[in-house]
Amino acid sequence: MASAIRKQDFTRLTPYLWEIPTSFQAGMRVPVRLYADERLLKAALGDKSLQQAINASMLPGLVSHVTVMPDVHQGYGFPIGGVAATRLPSGVVSPGAIGYDINCGVRLLSSEVGLEEAQPFLSDLATALYRNCPSGVGVGGNLRLSAKDLDRVCREGSQWALKNGFANEDDIARTEESGRIPGADPSTVSPRAKQRGRPQLGTLGAGNHFVEVDVVDEIFDEQAAAAMGLTVGQLAVQIHCGSRGFGHQICSDYVREFQPAVKRYKIQLPDRELVCAPLDSPEGKRYLAAMACAANYAFANRQIMAQHVRRSFEETLGGRVADWDLTQVYDIAHNMGKIEEHRVEGELVKVCVHRKGATRAFGPGYEGLPEEYRSLGQPVLVPGSMGTASWVLLGTEGSMEQSFGSTCHGAGRVMSRKRAKKTVRGDRLKAELESRGIHIRARSMPGLAEEAPLAYKDVDAVVEVVARAGIAKKVARLRPVAVIKG
Amino acid sequence: MYEELEHTADWALRVQGRDLPALFKNAALGMMELSGVQTGDEPGEVRQIELQAVDTESLLVDWLQELLVALELEQLAFREIELQITGGKKLVGTFQTVPIISIEKPVKAVTYNELLIQESPDGLEATVVFDV
Repeated sequence: MASAIRKQDFTRLTPYLWEIPTSFQAGMRVPVRLYADERLLKAALGDKSLQQAINASMLPGLVSHVTVMPDVHQGYGFPIGGVAATRLPSGVVSPGAIGYDINCGVRLLSSEVGLEEAQPFLSDLATALYRNCPSGVGVGGNLRLSAKDLDRVCREGSQWALKNGFANEDDIARTEESGRIPGADPSTVSPRAKQRGRPQLGTLGAGNHFVEVDVVDEIFDEQAAAAMGLTVGQLAVQIHCGSRGFGHQICSDYVREFQPAVKRYKIQLPDRELVCAPLDSPEGKRYLAAMACAANYAFANRQIMAQHVRRSFEETLGGRVADWDLTQVYDIAHNMGKIEEHRVEGELVKVCVHRKGATRAFGPGYEGLPEEYRSLGQPVLVPGSMGTASWVLLGTEGSMEQSFGSTCHGAGRVMSRKRAKKTVRGDRLKAELESRGIHIRARSMPGLAEEAPLAYKDVDAVVEVVARAGIAKKVARLRPVAVIKG
Repeated sequence: MYEELEHTADWALRVQGRDLPALFKNAALGMMELSGVQTGDEPGEVRQIELQAVDTESLLVDWLQELLVALELEQLAFREIELQITGGKKLVGTFQTVPIISIEKPVKAVTYNELLIQESPDGLEATVVFDV
């Protein structure tokens, strides 16, 4: 399981940036750059994640370097915590380098509810959230989408949610791409994907997805926190989920379709999960159009989940606290392929940025940001492991210069699921977290054990690295008071 | 016939079988066990399945993906699996469905990550990585 790569194989570019040169292994087209301190470097060397980054560096059409974030861990082909940009038009798009859960991401809602006034109702709030946010395997939501409705969700994303009463204008403005990726074409999506997608809109799913009620623990940037509505001692809510079976099926379909395509385009790869096709090829264009459908579905999904959360706040806190409204801070993807322009060696280049377990982190001045954030930079949401801190950050000029406008996405696993299940008992973990004042509602105890905090890296250390490296800026730290697991 | 391997983020399963049908069957049973599927006793219908793929590894992915979708969409598991595989690229078979009482955790997708069906002292062996 351990990596064959050693510390001495890296060149240390800065105290927090390490590079594996192209001379390290035949076939590498660009270097691999890892953000880490000594401890996180050691953790990254503990599994195959860096070999996976080296494999990713063999994709045709890459620009500059493959970036690896400090929360990196082994995935299934492309490392989780990886960023790779391929040049348009002839560079490739790789569905596996974006992932099965297309537009898995995080939404943060802020409130005016103080922890003290909410304390007597937190257990009821956790129960209401668990009841109102459908979770679990194949569990459908309350919506029954027609085939035409699903096509509209594919094209319109959060805008569909707005038209159907699940959103307000501020929610949309404070969502990446206003909750709608252009170029979605439902005709590129298989009937099976649609069959899986129709019943699942507005559901959490399982795995590491969650709804979490947090309290703002510490502020590091008063101006930015004020713009985001974050105040120490007040509640906020994170929603972590994606495109459900719809996105999983779309990725599966295209990974399958691309298997013969790589042969057609004479592309040699070290791992079949990295299959790809040129961005300007019929296959590449079809995948991007289908991926946009899944991305829009995921934006709508988190939007509807936000309404479930608002209803839960109303049911349990309405009339009991002064103001129980929830305001969207931001919604951001961390599994996505995006067509963007970046400056590389002084030249403005149009690229497809593959972010898998990495968050877009655009710096100040980006026109797509709502006015209140434009001079600050784009909010970045970094959930920690269950029971530990989460972070709100900002994108920076440094992230634009160094990492294709990207930064970390979480704590990052360090222990296998198998070992976590052997080491931790879900019921004991639940009791321990409850004794620390964190209300837990979870469907599966083994599932809870797999997500135990000891299976993850220290999120504070991860954030410290990206902040010191200049690819994000700290705004606020959150700590959990209620966790709802799928 | 199958064992869970260490994998940081996902689930990995080493599967063995004396021949391809046995390997495919064991992979299916392993996927169900990893997901923590609990089934009822009442047998369902017998289903026929026919798949064609570009190579044997793709056929294995397609087979597991078919079952994964039945698990998710219809809440059905499967037993009495009988398969015939010809030329390594075509699968024909039957399995009996059985209703699921509960699942601990679903598989999102079956991946091609390092997937290679190889000969082993006892027949055939493959490692399958599942996205969870």
